[in-house]
Amino acid sequence: MDNKKMKINEWPRHGIQALWTLLTNSHLSGFVTGKIYTGKLKNACVPGLNCYSCPGATGACPIGSLQAVIGSWNFKMAYYVVGFLIFVGALLGRLVCGFLCPFGLIQDLLNKIPFPKKIRTFRGDKLLRRLKYIIFLVFVILLPMFVVDIMGQGAPYFCKLICPAGTLEGGLPLVLLNKSMRSAVGWLYIWKNAILVITVILAIMIYRPFCKYICPLGAFYSVFNKVSVFRYRVDQDKCVHCGKCAKACQMEVNPVENPNSAECIRCGRCRKACPTQAIQCGIKR
Amino acid sequence: MIKKLTETKWTGVVLMICGILLMIFGIHRGEMSVVFTKAINICMECIGIG
Repeated sequence: MDNKKMKINEWPRHGIQALWTLLTNSHLSGFVTGKIYTGKLKNACVPGLNCYSCPGATGACPIGSLQAVIGSWNFKMAYYVVGFLIFVGALLGRLVCGFLCPFGLIQDLLNKIPFPKKIRTFRGDKLLRRLKYIIFLVFVILLPMFVVDIMGQGAPYFCKLICPAGTLEGGLPLVLLNKSMRSAVGWLYIWKNAILVITVILAIMIYRPFCKYICPLGAFYSVFNKVSVFRYRVDQDKCVHCGKCAKACQMEVNPVENPNSAECIRCGRCRKACPTQAIQCGIKR
Repeated sequence: MIKKLTETKWTGVVLMICGILLMIFGIHRGEMSVVFTKAINICMECIGIG
């Protein structure tokens, strides 16, 4: 069942997403000058995937920061960033994906573009969702830790080879605004832009493909969905098992069976679709 | 046992406290400066140039 038939108003959530995106990318002059923000706020990480090389970014990307500390010759263990991710994950779980991630908002909006045949699921969908955990382990942890240069420094391999958010938020505006960078563009830039184009096309056809299959940040937060302080609950006395919540879910979760599934981004569509208000969320109990 | 841990909000609270303690330890050993240095300089790898 598609969005039109369900008639679920998602614009209030998109409003929060947009507000958060604006708040964490409020260095607007950077989009004119082509320079990034260098103030003290960049000591702190933001909860969502937000490239710190975006001209507007006022905080640090947690995935980029994690790789930077793991890849640094003198640290290797990243207690500050891991502690931050555990704190946010234990508090909110993947609510961050649904409300506080700029790249999530971009994918949400892309998916609203009409396409003849939207793909809800396909053979191998569930298996492919495990890919994000492998990407987290290999590209965010192992490669920066062990594939190091002569100084013992590891590169941020996820950012370098995969991250389309970095290309969109940082790569495109900075290259457009800086002549010197335009002259330095090479095969890596073309590769990353190809990944971005594929991600954009897929996001029109499939709901949040990057979050479902690739995002290492979503993979980390997903582990906390079952134990986070903020969580979903289904009142079995009120539930009439109509299946409307499962049909409304674009992440292909059945809230009645598993209200805190690792795949749930807590967007609240299931709550809005429920005719008996059996699905509740909050921090009680 | 696992079901009990996932049913109570206190598991999340304990994890949040662990997260805060890890953050404090990380800040104490100077990790924040690595994050800051990385974040205030254009990350060439991130944008696809380096």
